[in-house]
Amino acid sequence: MKVLMFGWEFPPHITGGLGTACFGLTKGLAKHGVEVVFVVPKSFGDESQEGFRLINASDIELDFTQTLTREFREKISYMEVGSNLVPYLDPEEFEKWYSEEVVKKKPEIHSVYTRKYQFSGKYGANLMEEVSRYALVALSIAGQVDYDIIHAHDWLTYAAGIAAKKISGKPLVVHVHATEFDRSGENVNQVVYDIERNGMEEADRVITVSNFTRQIVIERYGIPAEKVFTVHNAVEPVDKPEQEDVTKHVREKIVTFLGRVTYQKGPDYFVEAAHKVLQRDPNVRFVMAGSGDLLNRMIRRVAQLKIGTRFHFTGFLAGAEVDHMFAMSDVYVMPSVSEPFGISPLEAMRTNVPVVISKQSGVAEVLQHALKVDFWDIDALADAIYGILHYDGLRKMFARYGKSEVDNLLWENAAIKVLDIYNNATGHNK
Amino acid sequence: MRSVCLYFQVHQPYRLRTYRFFNIGQDHYYYDDYQNRHIIRRVAEKCYLPANRMMLQLINEFGKAFKVSYSISGTALDQFEQYVPEVIDSFRMLAATGCVEFISETEYHSLACLGNEQEFIRQVETHRKRIEKLFSQTPQTFRNSELIYSDSIGETIGNLGFHTMLTEGAKHVLGWKSPNYIYCNNLNPKLRVLLRNFRLSDDMSFRFSEKKWSEWPLTAEKFVGWLNAMDPHEEVVNLFMDYETIGEHQWKESGIFDFFYHLPSALFSNSNFTFSTPEELYNRLQPMAAISVPYAISWADEERDLTAWKGNELQSEALSKLYSLSDAITKCNDPVILRDWGYLQSSNHFYYMSTKWFSAGEVHKHFNPYNSPYDAFINYMNTISDFSIRVEDCLNAISSVAEKTVKKPALKAKKEAKPKAAAKVQKEAKPKPAAKEKKEAKPKPVAKVQKEAKPKPAVKEKKEAKPKPVAKVLKEAKPKAVAKVKKEAKPKAAKKVKKEAKPKPAAKVKKPAKTASAPKKAKQ
Repeated sequence: MKVLMFGWEFPPHITGGLGTACFGLTKGLAKHGVEVVFVVPKSFGDESQEGFRLINASDIELDFTQTLTREFREKISYMEVGSNLVPYLDPEEFEKWYSEEVVKKKPEIHSVYTRKYQFSGKYGANLMEEVSRYALVALSIAGQVDYDIIHAHDWLTYAAGIAAKKISGKPLVVHVHATEFDRSGENVNQVVYDIERNGMEEADRVITVSNFTRQIVIERYGIPAEKVFTVHNAVEPVDKPEQEDVTKHVREKIVTFLGRVTYQKGPDYFVEAAHKVLQRDPNVRFVMAGSGDLLNRMIRRVAQLKIGTRFHFTGFLAGAEVDHMFAMSDVYVMPSVSEPFGISPLEAMRTNVPVVISKQSGVAEVLQHALKVDFWDIDALADAIYGILHYDGLRKMFARYGKSEVDNLLWENAAIKVLDIYNNATGHNK
Repeated sequence: MRSVCLYFQVHQPYRLRTYRFFNIGQDHYYYDDYQNRHIIRRVAEKCYLPANRMMLQLINEFGKAFKVSYSISGTALDQFEQYVPEVIDSFRMLAATGCVEFISETEYHSLACLGNEQEFIRQVETHRKRIEKLFSQTPQTFRNSELIYSDSIGETIGNLGFHTMLTEGAKHVLGWKSPNYIYCNNLNPKLRVLLRNFRLSDDMSFRFSEKKWSEWPLTAEKFVGWLNAMDPHEEVVNLFMDYETIGEHQWKESGIFDFFYHLPSALFSNSNFTFSTPEELYNRLQPMAAISVPYAISWADEERDLTAWKGNELQSEALSKLYSLSDAITKCNDPVILRDWGYLQSSNHFYYMSTKWFSAGEVHKHFNPYNSPYDAFINYMNTISDFSIRVEDCLNAISSVAEKTVKKPALKAKKEAKPKAAAKVQKEAKPKPAAKEKKEAKPKPVAKVQKEAKPKPAVKEKKEAKPKPVAKVLKEAKPKAVAKVKKEAKPKAAKKVKKEAKPKPAAKVKKPAKTASAPKKAKQ
């Protein structure tokens, strides 16, 4: 089985959950002997003149090379496509990002593209244009490499997947990591929605990262249930060296929210629950780590509730800071309004931090050793936080079972399900 | 003559309402009235009432050859009195036939045998008296919650004068022995032990409607055929199960009523078996041997051990928190506190916290009103946190009253007490002040009244009037000041009861979950 995969990000430059998931799945598939041609969009700057370049996985400089197995190196080929597509941005955000990051910092970026794919006129700061252009590149790749099936991750690559399918006649699998409803609530961007739906309709199989998302795909996009399959995300087992002793400089217990401070993540419910807990027990500190468009509103609300001395904002955290934050935490809270999967609670559990997660998250479907509440139920959320802080039995139970539960969510198991779907779609029986 | 001993367990716990931490110290009513009422009525309609009618019919038909035994937990009795009193009447009619033995258990279907022995004894005696009062027969047979048994628990029960105790015919205890004989306790050979034949019992209670089961459908004739195929030396087949098997766990549509209805006639016409109650077996048969059970067993799951209630950190913490209050409670005399103390002990609360079924899945959820054991734990711990504050307050009030020894406030307090009772209906929230009044009203005997003062609603009040056996227990339990207590207790009980009998405020609506006593599922 050979797969042409349109994914996102590749080590060592992974910035978010989507890239992590693509990489994990690719590794998992390699373990089962699947060959993958992994194509990602990337801003090259001016050093490259081709539309895309092929790189062997073994040539990639990795700071964690030891984690890649030999079969991975043999099975995976990796391609970068000159493109300004970036994950996680909606069209408006993209425009802003583009004008700030791309235009200012890399004025010569237009030289990236080969004449073949060059658009007439200037590149508009238009995400949709990039999507189409990426699809054109994909078309060219699709004609040159050999594969049995096409696998496209998230809506920005659906057009590329469809193009590849058109030229090769091979079946297409689209992988839904999030939908427009998760990102924007009910205020969906119609263009994005149309691209998503078109991708799902054109696809032979749709993979969703949770049953929660599967339901949205079926109900909101009208996709026939029989071609939509759930494959829950997994996590990379990391054997982190013994945690350096993180010294907590405060005596109180710490309750943490870590993530983008946006509508989707439900930060306001966290603030309200904090207020409830603090009314009963002032010896707790709440931390909101992350930034986003709701941050200022949260700061104002905290001030309004007069809990500022117990509620702290750290701004955006990355890398070691995140680990540090987890190490200091006594409870991790993910009150997401709509979370297709949600990998961060798993990272918390791996550091033995008990978690409270919203039932409106995909990860709630795979976790037993976590407290689950409806995101809107502030009372239940506050109660869960209070319970973990005050009843020792919970902490003991989570410490005993939480980490091992997470460590058993392996990509190689998820890959088996994906492989089944491939076989099924291509008519291979094993 | 060989015997079939048919025994049914009737139990419903008081399920707790959603109790948040911010209720602690403010709101002292713990029960989900809506759910409790809904469940008890539903089960009464589907099981208790029609099944009792059927049993009565069978007794009438077979002229006393048909015998059956029941144990009914105190929490079930309380809910019958509160919501469906006709169930009690129908059990009374059964009792009047003389063909029905009522078996004793702990008043609250508790795990007190693991937590506090004195509390255990108190509950056993309370229940025994209650059954005596209700059904005019003194129980001579005992079954512990979830059929939990060990040598030492059996010894305690034997010392209380019981003839027989029921437990599980657990394989790991029996080894090569058969459950189909009478055994006796290893430490006190006077106590007989009857062992449940779990294969035949579970054929009815779990597998009956299981269409994938190779023996489905099970008929009375087939079942009697199995009995006939047993070793002819075996004396008794103990069929112990939840009464809810008939009509609730196994729906009427499965044919469960027909099965039981036809069982006696099939048995009488095709076999040399007859029906016996445990007490009849005690009078007729001798034990074959002593059975050694050094570690407690139960009727739950494959393991037949205690891990369904005491198997993880959540359960251990909750149980130890609960029973850490035992000593304080003995000094406390507030009837509402004592009632809650009892209701909070039902084994079900701990069963809900079990993490054993994470892998086993659905079947157990059927018996669990919570989404997860963690939710169950947090809710219980919040509740017990409030409860322990109340107990503490109660003790403080007692000691401060004792210091003052003031008698004047007595009258005033009584006056206040009345409107309060009314107020309570609306929200039971003020047991603390209530407690205080009482204490002030009768400063002296306070501390001890508790044991007597039954925190139960209605009906029972007269029990206290006839305090013979209780006194005996109390002597063993706490030989301090029994006599005095009784005098005081009577008038009080009456008053109290009035207050209690009032139905509670309809609390929160929760999805109705069936919660029968024993954990089912893994038994097959």
